[in-house]
Amino acid sequence: MCRIFYSLFVLFFLSSILYAQEKQIDSTKVMDLDEVIVISRVGLNNYKQEKPLSFLDEYLEKSNKITTIKRGNYAWEPSMNNMLTDRLSVTIDGMQIFGACTDKMDPITSYMDVSNLSEVHVKSGQQGSENGSTIGGGIDLKLQKNSFGYDDWNIGVDIGYGSNGNSETISSEFNYSSEKYFVNIDGIHRKSENYFAGGNEEIMFSQFEKFNVSAIVGGKVSDEGSVIGSVIYDEASDVGYPALLMDVSLAKALISSISYEHKNVHNVIHKWESKLYHNTIRHVMDDTKRPDVPIHMDMPGWSDTYGFYTKMYAKKEKHTLLFNVNAYYNKSLAEMTMYPNDLNENSMFMLTWPDVRTLYSGVYGEDEIELKNRQKLKVSARFGYQNEYIASEFGLHSLRIFYRELEGKKNRILLNLSTQYENKINNFDFLLSAGYGERAPSVSEAYGFYLYNSFDNYDYIGNPYLDNEKSSEVNFNLNYSNHKFKAGVTTSFFFISNYIIGKIDPTLAQMTIGADGVRVYEALEYATIFNTGLSVSYNLLPAIDIEGGLSYNLGQDYSGMNLPLISPLDYRMSIRYRKNYFNASFNMNGAREQSNFSSDYGEDMTGAYAVFNANASYSLLFENNKLILKSGVENMFDTYYSTYADWNNIPRMGRNIFLNISFVIQ
Amino acid sequence: MKLLKYILPLLVILTFTSCSDDDDNMESINEVVALMLVQEFTNETHIVELYTQSGDFTQGYNNITLRIRDKVSNQFIQNASITWTPMMHMTSRMHSCPNSDVIKVTERETIYTGYIIFQMPENSNEGWDLTINYMVDNLEYSVISDISVPMSDRQVVSVFMGADDVKYILALVGPESPEVAVNDMIVGLYKMESMMSFPLVEDFMIKLDPRMPSMSSHTSPNNEDLFYNDVSEMYNGKLSLTMTGYWKLNLMLYNANNELLKGEEVSGTIESSSLYLELEF
Repeated sequence: MCRIFYSLFVLFFLSSILYAQEKQIDSTKVMDLDEVIVISRVGLNNYKQEKPLSFLDEYLEKSNKITTIKRGNYAWEPSMNNMLTDRLSVTIDGMQIFGACTDKMDPITSYMDVSNLSEVHVKSGQQGSENGSTIGGGIDLKLQKNSFGYDDWNIGVDIGYGSNGNSETISSEFNYSSEKYFVNIDGIHRKSENYFAGGNEEIMFSQFEKFNVSAIVGGKVSDEGSVIGSVIYDEASDVGYPALLMDVSLAKALISSISYEHKNVHNVIHKWESKLYHNTIRHVMDDTKRPDVPIHMDMPGWSDTYGFYTKMYAKKEKHTLLFNVNAYYNKSLAEMTMYPNDLNENSMFMLTWPDVRTLYSGVYGEDEIELKNRQKLKVSARFGYQNEYIASEFGLHSLRIFYRELEGKKNRILLNLSTQYENKINNFDFLLSAGYGERAPSVSEAYGFYLYNSFDNYDYIGNPYLDNEKSSEVNFNLNYSNHKFKAGVTTSFFFISNYIIGKIDPTLAQMTIGADGVRVYEALEYATIFNTGLSVSYNLLPAIDIEGGLSYNLGQDYSGMNLPLISPLDYRMSIRYRKNYFNASFNMNGAREQSNFSSDYGEDMTGAYAVFNANASYSLLFENNKLILKSGVENMFDTYYSTYADWNNIPRMGRNIFLNISFVIQ
Repeated sequence: MKLLKYILPLLVILTFTSCSDDDDNMESINEVVALMLVQEFTNETHIVELYTQSGDFTQGYNNITLRIRDKVSNQFIQNASITWTPMMHMTSRMHSCPNSDVIKVTERETIYTGYIIFQMPENSNEGWDLTINYMVDNLEYSVISDISVPMSDRQVVSVFMGADDVKYILALVGPESPEVAVNDMIVGLYKMESMMSFPLVEDFMIKLDPRMPSMSSHTSPNNEDLFYNDVSEMYNGKLSLTMTGYWKLNLMLYNANNELLKGEEVSGTIESSSLYLELEF
């Protein structure tokens, strides 16, 4: 009797987990601190993905929490809670990886593509500290891999075309799974010419070309254990950055890992996963195609990371536990060589990142406790130890120009804590969370040497004596849902002490020709960032959904001055029709003028705008095979606009008509 | 024939071993290992060998090491007292240049050292010679020879008239091998009293402003002006170089009463001081 009861309990439990997962993907909430963006073709259908071959960045932008900073038509930099790369933890399946560009032209997301991924986990603030220390949140890109099962295979081909810039994308994949093995192989190639802003203005140097191939192979070594290896190679060449003075002739990444997974280790520990990984990035900036540069230069950068993690998933009574022990070693090096116009002069060389070695090791634990009456409490903590040093004598001596006594070594302890309480009462669901987090300064912030920032037109010098940045945050979410109507509001407030930002040092002279001066990274006493958003959706008719959203953000330093790159009030609305195999949507998004801009950091007021998009798709099924046709028009009125997130006000793309054909044979 | 196959390598080894034996003997008294021979001056009794880092003389500051070998015994002289006189033979007149005493290098057996600052290079009609007078065991000897002093690529020495109507010679002594770092900058400053007399100038001050003309006059931070050092008898300061390449070291010379003798501040339309030295690496 007891046994049956127990089995039933387990069954109930499993179903609730499955249900929970489903729910996460097709959430009843419209606002959440944790979001999952689905990319995978496994769930490919014609309504979940508006534009199946769009950039990863475009998928990210669907998150309520993420916007992207654009320096052109490629490699957009994710911003979460109005915080950028240095304040975020961006990982690939838990693997640490760091860009090799001193000018942030290669956010990690640029080395991945939609063909590699199944989904993206977006976790706001301290909820995102599972894989590393963070202030703004964590973005974990989940690789697409099959699971062991019945003999099954499929081949997919996607072809995409965009009229604006003649962009062509072709992607293909092969997936196989059996009881003992699985294989996923995919490749994607993208190419685009210069795009045109509204009013047919050609944006010079906005072209790009890239390809990405990846393979993931898994094999069962026992009933419970499996080994999974993955390799991703990504290479972009001839990428223009119209908002910057330089382009990129090569950006390549090789990302590899091998992991071992063991299920049902113990009646409490239901999964234990350990992974060893390595990734290497080479990034080459180049300005040889630019006609009017005062001086030609090469700026190559390298970033190599070695790491491991071991994660344990456990469940005991009302506790769902996760433990993660991880460590990584990163080497960041970047140089600059300038070629004087007088050919008799020696070239001018400097190390802009002085071969900084960072060794981080940390432990993370989280416990989700189910309380009475559908209440939940979640606590998590990460403790990290970081050691960093300058490996290059040349680099150390360079920085000693600014810091005479610099030793070039530093140890840090990093702490992240969070707690979250969730309660469901009738149709309401509310969530309250608080967190405290620390992060170490990035390589540029601590050790950068004359890094030119075209946004504010200053050269930046790192500050090796910077303390950790510390953030205290509170979040509040409230969701209401019934059969037809959902509404949610989310609010987060960050109080960041030792806020790291560049401050003008009038005693220093710029290196870059034409720059206005030099800023040195310093810690402000504090800064605050406030974000709030409202989201509603209404199921008007069985086939018609209406959605809308609004968000407001404010970022200020201790003296009340605005922080740069903070989104103004923005809004979006969409109406979607879905019937059988046909799907169509019409949407608009816009923003009010950016009145809280930071002129100190090179911002001016960005005007209000609104753009309109429409798309339609149809899927055909024959036997097991699937053909999906998707077409749409973006910025249909060819509006000329730029947003707060556009580097140096570079205008966005004008009207673009796209066509995607996806074909799946299985 | 077969035998030869074995003998030949053996012979080669033997020859080499014997050679290196010789070398070992030589090396025990070879105190010029890191240096390169510029020239040998010969008279009937001795050979005077002159060494520099580069193996050449050049316009500007030259740190010279020399040793004297007895032609008969092949031994190096360890107790010579040496003086030297560099002389420029111009078409119309002759003059010397700032130079130091020649002293025995402490804790060394055979070598002597000193410096000469050639303020002008040779040309097709005008050139330098160097007379070395030395005394060994109370006997006086002398050697003289023409030397080659080509023009340096960059301005490493400056001859100018100060606001006090005195002619000065200012030469870059260090850094010898500049780095992207804070370098120790050393400058020699001399007064041209006559064609033959160039005494040290003490207790002046030299303001330093390094610039990169190719980088729109970029300057580096945390430089330190040059002050006179009693021990080195030169002017010492700090020179920050933020990158490799061509640097123009703009200078302003002040006397002990803090009166500007030469040079202008770089600012606005004034891109360079009239008193400067150059450096490229």
